Amino acid sequence: MGKPTLALYWAASCGGCEIAVLDLHARILDVAAAFDIVFWPVALDFKYDDLRARDDQSIDLCLFNGSIRNSENAEIAHLLRAKAKTLVAFGSCALEGGIPGLANLTTKQDIWHYVYEESPSTVKLNGGVFPQTHSSMPEGAIEIPEMWETVKSLDQVIEVDYFVPGCPPQPERIWEVIEHIMSGRPLPSKGSVLGAGEKTCCDECPRERKEKKLKQFYRPFEIVPDPNLCLLDQGIVCMGPATRDGCGALCTKANMPCRGCYGPPPHVTDQGAKMVSALSSVIDAHDPQEIERILDQIADPMGTFYRFSLAHSILRRVEKP
Amino acid sequence: MAFEPKIIGFLCNWCSYTGADLAGVSRIKSAPNVRVIRTMCSGRIDPAFVLKAFQLGADGVIVMGCHLGDCHYQEGNYKTIRRIPFLKRLIQGFGIDPRRLRLEWVSASEGDRFAQVVNEMTEEIRKLGPLSLHVHRDAQQPVLHQ
Repeated sequence: MGKPTLALYWAASCGGCEIAVLDLHARILDVAAAFDIVFWPVALDFKYDDLRARDDQSIDLCLFNGSIRNSENAEIAHLLRAKAKTLVAFGSCALEGGIPGLANLTTKQDIWHYVYEESPSTVKLNGGVFPQTHSSMPEGAIEIPEMWETVKSLDQVIEVDYFVPGCPPQPERIWEVIEHIMSGRPLPSKGSVLGAGEKTCCDECPRERKEKKLKQFYRPFEIVPDPNLCLLDQGIVCMGPATRDGCGALCTKANMPCRGCYGPPPHVTDQGAKMVSALSSVIDAHDPQEIERILDQIADPMGTFYRFSLAHSILRRVEKP
Repeated sequence: MAFEPKIIGFLCNWCSYTGADLAGVSRIKSAPNVRVIRTMCSGRIDPAFVLKAFQLGADGVIVMGCHLGDCHYQEGNYKTIRRIPFLKRLIQGFGIDPRRLRLEWVSASEGDRFAQVVNEMTEEIRKLGPLSLHVHRDAQQPVLHQ
């Protein structure tokens, strides 16, 4: 009986999760020693046909990062679900759509119209040239994936066994998850979140928090925040209260507000709803006009509150007429 | 057949639910389109409840609470008066007409006001038409992770 087998795959992804795995530095050698890596497009030269040829459930562990944006992402998600015993949604995109999920603020048609016709550096050709899934030419035919209308998270397409949040998951947390699996100790029940805490980012943040009474919101460039006080106390919108802990509050320690990349805290399905709730609790006004004035100061609520989690929110995408 | 709006009404126990009850015992006629869910305070209404109501097929959502200064828990409705306008902006961001979400203060003695608000909201939603969302049309249901 050989070593347990490991696969890593990237769907609609920036590649950062792969880099985070490589950020294990020397410990990547421990991973390579403990596992037989059988599929890792970014690093090793295996092909899809190698994957198709494998027996079902013959891959012990698959770390799948990236969201489902097109037909290829979905096809390989289904293929890996069949070939893997344990499938982990790895990183924010796989968990909740991630940054690619922001495409759900618009439509495929509007995206293509801008990208292929209207952007300043595009030369519009003969009424527009758009990608075709099938193209025939004298040399042969080419098939390319079809871009979906809506970005989806991995668990909206296949059943997922475990979730590792983060954009990217922090290398220390990745090591904890892989070490746990290598040790053979029992894992928590299926559907659990691994490599992250059970509280919010505020719990890891070292800044001093006082009672919040906000009459004004600021964008990060508008004030010089006190490095020791809570950013939200100072009027800067910070996603900490609506974000799961596990990252070590890296952003607030660097004087920038949390962006919410570890996704919603336990038992919360919609980060945007939670931020609306949290901020409403601390806005110090009860005159309707004053409230509207203060709310006007929150720039881009959709992009701020759902920066990583739009595809996995309750409503998932913007309705277009 | 005319469109019959499905409206979810979140009513606080102390004022608005009692006001609705008063409308009932006073035999005041009102549209039957508001399905009432009682919470102890309007401040209990998590914005996620409202989004969930739209996801599950509501054409409109109305939140009713005590008048400012009369909240049984002192400050609950002060949070509501900020949460609901904020939430209107959020649903508008999703492409949902903000008139589909409404906040009204209805006291325990305002049975007739409850009926009036219900009738007004029903007619407004009837004019706006049924709400069709992507999540209704998409066959796959989300899997909630822990």
